[in-house]
Amino acid sequence: MRIKEHPIIDYQKGKTVTFTFDGVPYEGFDDEPIAVALYANGIKTLSYSLKYHRPRGIFCCIGNCSSCLMKVNGIPNVRTCTQRIEQGMVIETQGKGVKK
Amino acid sequence: MRIDCDVLIIGGGPAGLCAARSLLGTGLNVLILERDPFLGGQLLKQTHMFFGSKEQYAGTRGFEIGQILTREVQASPNVTVMLETVASGYYPEENFILALEKEKKLYQIYFKKVIVATGASEKSLLFEGNDLPGIYGAGAVQTLMNMYGVMPGQDIIMIGSGNIGLIVSYQLLQAGVKVKAILEAAPTVGGYFVHAAKVRRMGIPIFTQTTVKRALGQNALEAVEIVNLDSKWQYVAGTERKWSCDTLCLAVGLSPMSELLWQFQCEMRYVSELGGYVAKRNAIMQTTHPDVYIAGDVSGVEEASSAMLEGTIAGFAAAKALHKMLDSVDQVIQNSQKFLDEMHRGPIGEKIRNGLAKVEVDVCL
Ligand SMILES: Cc1cc2nc3c(=O)[nH]c(=O)nc-3n(C[C@H](O)[C@H](O)[C@H](O)COP(=O)(O)OP(=O)(O)OC[C@H]3O[C@@H](n4cnc5c(N)ncnc54)[C@H](O)[C@@H]3O)c2cc1C
Repeated sequence: MRIKEHPIIDYQKGKTVTFTFDGVPYEGFDDEPIAVALYANGIKTLSYSLKYHRPRGIFCCIGNCSSCLMKVNGIPNVRTCTQRIEQGMVIETQGKGVKK
Repeated sequence: MRIDCDVLIIGGGPAGLCAARSLLGTGLNVLILERDPFLGGQLLKQTHMFFGSKEQYAGTRGFEIGQILTREVQASPNVTVMLETVASGYYPEENFILALEKEKKLYQIYFKKVIVATGASEKSLLFEGNDLPGIYGAGAVQTLMNMYGVMPGQDIIMIGSGNIGLIVSYQLLQAGVKVKAILEAAPTVGGYFVHAAKVRRMGIPIFTQTTVKRALGQNALEAVEIVNLDSKWQYVAGTERKWSCDTLCLAVGLSPMSELLWQFQCEMRYVSELGGYVAKRNAIMQTTHPDVYIAGDVSGVEEASSAMLEGTIAGFAAAKALHKMLDSVDQVIQNSQKFLDEMHRGPIGEKIRNGLAKVEVDVCL
């Protein structure tokens, strides 16, 4: 969910772009990271852990912790908290369907 | 590709920017590497006004300080900035830093002096279910709401009543998010009295000697089980209770990002007061490796005001070492050192003073 009004900050948004997440189209702004655009659309679970298949979301959101790795345009392990969203990007949950 | 510079600055937060500012007009070829697409570091998320003295921008909001420093540095002809570029390793045999730009292009960067200003990373807490989506560091919550205008959640519990926990709780209220409570494991509130008074006035209760024992939820956080702690920090049996929430914010400290300093084989020491492993340094922020200087949170987790002073000192010290100094350089360095000492005075500065006493050494020069 987006913050509509803030007493101090005047949010500058970039251009609106559309992308898909697990096949479903969504909108975001081209100056925000992938994980942030997903979060604004209510998507918190970005991947499942390899061994125990536990859901994973962001943790640090500044590129340190690798909790936000996802598949982007077919490439796995992309750090989505720092990588910007682009028009037409294909984003997929990483590790989905992996057997426990 | 090969790049040569006189002074390499790794990290474009307040420490790195102030280091660069000290080098303006020296004629030295300065290069800043910043992994983000913008300069300013953690400052860009600080919407509150800073304390301190006029020189430390007291009364100005953190993100505005970041913008002021960025403009000054970008306007300078002897400073080059490479954004979206990570310094990923040091190669001692050939003495260069390997940098990766936009995940695509590799550079070998040769330098005469390097100032490491990489900041710190957030700590987590050990409890069952601490990996569920919905459990975030305070920096992540700030990034979502203050930089991108996205609600971190509807119903939040904050862990940690240090200044960061208190300030971020207040910022959450400003953004229209409900903060249920602040939990603090220690018997007393950690942050400044003014910040604690402010959040209490706004109706957020602070529970001391209380912590989170378990996080509950299927695909994301739905509730936490909290518990009281005794004077030995042990769970008090029977005090467990379940509180619903969709977000748990951990403001439990940061630890210096000192990986590159290990690679430079600087002498390191674990100092809990400074957040983790830090390099030994002298009064001008030079490490035991004579070409390596440090500044900001990587030299010990503190605050932006001290990061700016340390950056200023390290920048001038590097200029002096390369014989590109103003006549007054010693005076300028001493001035910044005086401000730093003032910040560390009194009961509030005691922890940092104790920490620094363990790593300040008379090395090299
Ligand atoms: C929630 C919160 C509230 C705070 N409130 C205050 C306050 O009220 N007053 C105050 O004085 N301080 C405050 N601080 C602390 C302050 O923000 C930090 O102490 C300060 O930003 C540290 O500056 P720095 O330059 O050392 O690190 P940072 O600001 O973290 O900057 C480091 C930079 O280095 C970059 N970097 C890291 N590694 C690499 C690499 N390998 N290659 C390239 N670039 C790299 C990072 O992207 C970053 O931009 C707060 C901090 C937080 C988290």
